[in-house]
Amino acid sequence: MSKLSVDHLLGIKNLKKKDIELIFKTADNFKRIINQPIKKVPTLRDITIANLFFENSTRTRLSFELAEKRLSADVVNFSSASSSVKKGETLIDTVNNILAMKVDMVVIRHPNPGSAEFLSRNVNASIVNAGDGAHEHPTQALLDSFSIRERLGKVEGKKIVIIGDILHSRVALSNIYCLQKLGAEVRVCGPSTLIPKYIESLGVKHFSDLKEALNWCDVANVLRIQLERQDVNYFPSLREYSMVYGINKELLDSLDKDIVVMHPGPINRGVELSSDVADSNSAIILDQVENGVAVRMAVMYLLAGKLKK
Amino acid sequence: MKMEKQIVSSTQFGIMIERLAHQLIENHSDFSETILVGVQPRGVEFANRVLEKLTEISENKNINSGSLDITFFRDDFGRREEPIEAQELDMNVSIEGKRVVLIDDVLFTGRSVRSAMDALMSFGRPKQVELMVLIDRRLKRHLPIQPNYVGKTVDSILSEKVIVRWKSGESEDEIILLKSDNE
Repeated sequence: MSKLSVDHLLGIKNLKKKDIELIFKTADNFKRIINQPIKKVPTLRDITIANLFFENSTRTRLSFELAEKRLSADVVNFSSASSSVKKGETLIDTVNNILAMKVDMVVIRHPNPGSAEFLSRNVNASIVNAGDGAHEHPTQALLDSFSIRERLGKVEGKKIVIIGDILHSRVALSNIYCLQKLGAEVRVCGPSTLIPKYIESLGVKHFSDLKEALNWCDVANVLRIQLERQDVNYFPSLREYSMVYGINKELLDSLDKDIVVMHPGPINRGVELSSDVADSNSAIILDQVENGVAVRMAVMYLLAGKLKK
Repeated sequence: MKMEKQIVSSTQFGIMIERLAHQLIENHSDFSETILVGVQPRGVEFANRVLEKLTEISENKNINSGSLDITFFRDDFGRREEPIEAQELDMNVSIEGKRVVLIDDVLFTGRSVRSAMDALMSFGRPKQVELMVLIDRRLKRHLPIQPNYVGKTVDSILSEKVIVRWKSGESEDEIILLKSDNE
């Protein structure tokens, strides 16, 4: 099979296991390409992609833009801060105006859950969700699983614990779908105020003790505390959170085995991860960033292949 | 119904590979500045055969070789029903300033070779690029590309297919021409 079953990448929930495997296989090739002396291929030279970022982002946006440029696509960037959205334009109007300039694919990040899905129903372009509120962030989950596969050889049968602010995290939800589809076992760990009430309905168990969680897992995916999304206090203070749920070198050394530490970034050093852990050999944080470009190239390559010429 | 016609037998096949190897030796002497590059997917098997023969004849075990994937350099992206799946590539030798021999099984429109040249250039600037093909279907070329080394020239029409079958298990090497009756 060399074709995705979907026309848009809205979330991992809509993907089949085969789709994920195809994306990984394609990303393997792109990873080789971005390590060549000339890192660019002419594949998408007749495709135009708009990056619409209605929410702040450095890593994801750079990663998408780089992936698009490595594929030779034409790229237009848009951020809500400097646009007519401030003048009261609706999302559909904004996007249709951009599409009227003959854009083939839209990468969108938006604070409202479901905005990517909404766009895919209402505009005529291939949509890639780059994060919609606390819903999904599919490319992040794909690159996380791709990095686990690269480090441990496979994802199937591995135990992964996601630690921290699960309630506000789109990364957590996409990761749970992705890892489960690939046959891994997923659990979460964090203060119970930051664990969604219905998490068990996804088949995900909850640890409240960090050390117990780390002893269970092969991989710890550590999330950032999203203060910008927290409207009330979910825990007494960052300092206390860090004492109970922060990972440091002593804690890692006290485990019976070596585990892999991941973080989607940006890291709050000294809060969820201490600096010596973030910079250690257990951490694959920078590999995740490198793989992010390859995985996004694969996603856009495969979606562009489905556009009608 | 489809009709098969053998155009190269196993014996002829062996002779052809041997001749091509000798031609390479004539032009490249000790191969110190030369890299043989097979084009994925089917050129690689051919390149390996030629390399094997070369090693046998010249007793030189240090001939450089690699394989190249052209998927992302093709010019028919989005014009096919299904995108082509990418293949492994293996270019661990620097081609900078070297003489490269691109190796593919069948040369027809010339488009794959064009893509292969582009793909090759992203690894550096070779001093010279040559092309070796097992079969040259010389009619119906779309681009001005000619091979330097040819196993066999075949004049065939568009509806015919040339298929190279490599020795595996019981079956022998052969090249066949596939004709469709209804065309």
